[in-house]
Amino acid sequence: MNKPDTGKMTFTLPSTMESVSEVEAAAEKMATEAGFDEDELFKLAMAVREAAVNAVLHGNDYDPTKKIAVSLENTGKSLVMTIADQGNGLDPDSLPDPLAPENLMRGTGRGIFLIRSFMDEVRFRQLDPGTELTMIKHLPAEGGAAS
Amino acid sequence: MALSIASREVDGVTVLDLSGRITLGEGSVQLREAIRDLISKGSKNILLNLGDVNYIDSSGLGELVSAYTTSKNQGANLKLLNLTKKVKDVLQLTKLYTVFDVLDDEASAIASYK
Repeated sequence: MNKPDTGKMTFTLPSTMESVSEVEAAAEKMATEAGFDEDELFKLAMAVREAAVNAVLHGNDYDPTKKIAVSLENTGKSLVMTIADQGNGLDPDSLPDPLAPENLMRGTGRGIFLIRSFMDEVRFRQLDPGTELTMIKHLPAEGGAAS
Repeated sequence: MALSIASREVDGVTVLDLSGRITLGEGSVQLREAIRDLISKGSKNILLNLGDVNYIDSSGLGELVSAYTTSKNQGANLKLLNLTKKVKDVLQLTKLYTVFDVLDDEASAIASYK
């Protein structure tokens, strides 16, 4: 496998579903170029999509005056993907466990769980205003599968 | 690709053939409306064929749960058919796989309603 190209792209987007699709497509393209297999690509793209939906919908509430700031970086060792919103903030520790029996049949509340399941590292940082979510996925080892 | 839904009747079972993605803005609303439509028409046996659904997000999972709950509350029986590996993996990860009645063969699925 060729050594993945390092690089970083940043963009600021409106709080729309079109932005969600744009971020997902950009992340999937970067991950493809970094050598992830189809299974890992699916997980990575879904995590990024969930994060973008959270920012656009739950963070910014589709507010046309609020933007999401996106950074996608291939460091050569990992993909580091950051999405920030301008919403009221999020306490990740207060989220209900979607696997708990009393929450299993809820229609919502699985997004952060999926992100944490699919990425190697997930960090939240509170902004003023807003929330920044950083997701890290280690690159596949040469000649081997991704972790 | 957005979600497309085709409906057919097989031995008293309404089969919905779904194709595409079930995600926020790309299919979850169509699925909700299709289920509501069937329930309002009195369908009691509903089989969702997910054989051509290769992507589902948390919103889509929520719609499947809502479809199941709505059907159950209205006395209908909703089952899932032909899960792709990706959809099956996500259902297992979220512990929803055990909630649904999941079948791999259409003939057996149709027979299971009798």
